[in-house]
Amino acid sequence: MAGDDSYLRIERVTKRFGAVVAVDAVDISIGAGEFFSLLGPSGCGKTTLLRMLAGFETPDEGEVYIDGQPVSGQPPHLRPTNMVFQNYAIFPHLNVARNVAYGLRKEKLPRQEEDRRVEEALEMVKLGGYGDRRSNELSGGQRQRVALARALIRRPKVLLLDEPLGALDKKLREDMQIELRQLQQSLGITFVFVTHDQEEAMTLSDRIAVMADGRALQVASPKEVYNRPTSITVADFIGQMNFFEARVSETAGEEAVLDAAGFGRMRAKLGGAALQPGASIVAALRPEKLTLSPARSDGAANAVEGVLEAAAYLGDRSHFHVRVAGLERPVAVAAQDWAVGGGDGLDEGAPVWLTWDNDSVILLESERR
Amino acid sequence: MADSASLSGPAPAASASRSAGLARTFRRSETLRGYALLSPTLLVMALAMAAPTAMTVALSFFIQTGFEIEATFSLQNYQKVFTNPIFEALFYRTLWISGTCALATVLIAYPMAYYVAFHVHRRKLVWVILMTLPFWTSYLLRVFAWKVVLGYNGAINSGLMSLGLISEPLEFLLYSPEAVIITLAHAWAAFAILPIYVSLEKIDKSLLEAAADLGDGPMARFFRVTLPLSMPGVVAALFLIFIPTFGDFVTPALVGGPDGLMLANIVQKLFGKLNDWPLGSALSISMMAVVTCLCLAILWLSRKAKERLI
Ligand SMILES: Nc1ncnc2c1ncn2[C@@H]1O[C@H](COP(=O)(O)OP(=O)(O)OP(=O)(O)O)[C@@H](O)[C@H]1O
Ligand SMILES: [Mg+2]
Repeated sequence: MAGDDSYLRIERVTKRFGAVVAVDAVDISIGAGEFFSLLGPSGCGKTTLLRMLAGFETPDEGEVYIDGQPVSGQPPHLRPTNMVFQNYAIFPHLNVARNVAYGLRKEKLPRQEEDRRVEEALEMVKLGGYGDRRSNELSGGQRQRVALARALIRRPKVLLLDEPLGALDKKLREDMQIELRQLQQSLGITFVFVTHDQEEAMTLSDRIAVMADGRALQVASPKEVYNRPTSITVADFIGQMNFFEARVSETAGEEAVLDAAGFGRMRAKLGGAALQPGASIVAALRPEKLTLSPARSDGAANAVEGVLEAAAYLGDRSHFHVRVAGLERPVAVAAQDWAVGGGDGLDEGAPVWLTWDNDSVILLESERR
Repeated sequence: MADSASLSGPAPAASASRSAGLARTFRRSETLRGYALLSPTLLVMALAMAAPTAMTVALSFFIQTGFEIEATFSLQNYQKVFTNPIFEALFYRTLWISGTCALATVLIAYPMAYYVAFHVHRRKLVWVILMTLPFWTSYLLRVFAWKVVLGYNGAINSGLMSLGLISEPLEFLLYSPEAVIITLAHAWAAFAILPIYVSLEKIDKSLLEAAADLGDGPMARFFRVTLPLSMPGVVAALFLIFIPTFGDFVTPALVGGPDGLMLANIVQKLFGKLNDWPLGSALSISMMAVVTCLCLAILWLSRKAKERLI
């Protein structure tokens, strides 16, 4: 563990349930005070991994280190972690104040001091004065805050959150996201946050681990995961993406020339990848990196002609589908200030040109898709 | 409810609108429909429960003179019930026997219910059915089985003697209040296991994980989460055993001996050999009242305990 400032370290951890490999040789290091998200589709092993950090499951292989100490033999009640459960797990027989005070038993505080701590914790989650409420008199968002206060009052080193915002409506969810982030920054606690909502993970996290089928495919900052995904699965899961089968026809310095079906020649930045001419790859392009115009414009590295097939106006942006000859699927394009139909002369069925820069192209190893 | 409307179809024109109105009222009123559904049960209850009880109440205010029952209002029977020292002694013994029995049964049943609720993961129903297996034999048979176990030449005595632990049979085993308690506890065990099992089964397992996460070891988790949340089942079990055993007369008559007699045995005798139905009625009505008060007290206490917890 020498020369490593990670606070929480997951080392080649594997967990099986019978024949199901829920978590498959996951390697992650999380720094102190980091907001770290586990992101992945349902059933990819996020909860299982989190439960191994909390101590509810023991890894079949590998080890979890907290602050340099292996914790595999340690039961949950002795770990410096606290968890906010997916269903909140509020004690139904206790009121809000007793729920929040639950974890203070071992500290044996005098009653006044305990009450003060409870009120402080409730105020932290903006529930000051709610102490006397019964637990069944709370809304979903309030329950979530109680669960948060109950975990935070113990001043944990690591807070584990299992899709805590999953049950909330969009508006409340967004408010809570901001509050969570502020809370995390002011307390300086390490957060490990489980979500299957990529937007949520992107807005909140310092770093994200994108998981699929029990494996951590990429561990990086939100920006990097979005702009430089390392595999087709990650690129497909995060945001929208156009994929094109291509073959490398030549490489020159930092640039590669690809031969892509339907496009002919396409120029791309190599970005450090070592590609041999002749190699089969997948070129990926974000919809917003494509520029749509009625006529061919000069200067762009890449251009292709197509037919506008469908257009949708979403208020702050518009989505288009452009049919390009020789491609199985239409190309998705997103533009910020394009009106559909009318003045711009962009009606469905109109011929259009797509252009994009060579550094917008992401080169991915082709896998069985 | 469509057929209730069609029932009014063939009625003459004048009353048709009225019966249609009635049908509508019936359709609209949740309460009316509820009572309609309940009516068979209510009828049986009225005939089999309310009427005899009313008769018993009436009887308890009458006076027995010789073989005749005088229908004059009098509190004399109640006076006897509440002043006779024999009744008082028997009352305390009955309270002790059925109270201890209820507590003991719950204490024995709890671990069993706990085991099935938390440690059996497949075929729980089979386990529950197996636990109720003793109830597939008749009540009398079970009481006699205990006679065989506890008797002078019974299984326990002969076992202990053959081991050389005692030289002659223990006489206190059978025909004692303890024998009544043991027999009753066994007889009513399933009535304790089932409600406790149901209340334990309902506990969300993530609550126990949350408690562990908040620093509680196994013991603290049990006393701070599992036990309080299973309290409704425990209280129900206490009632289910305490109330019927308070009025039991078969078991004490068979295994209780003279020291194990209970109030209900006196009631039985008053309605039988002693032939004083009014006094018997007054005694049973008083027992009912006392049991009701005791149950209310237990309810009140458990509610207070719950509030203190909160
Ligand atoms: N106790 C268990 N017994 C057997 N299989 C389990 C158990 N817990 C999880 N699994 C399996 O392990 C895999 C990962 O489950 P996990 O709960 O970690 O997924 P998740 O990523 O949290 O999904 P979600 O987003 O739906 O909550 C799933 O295939 C699941 O069926
Ligand atoms: Mg999950």
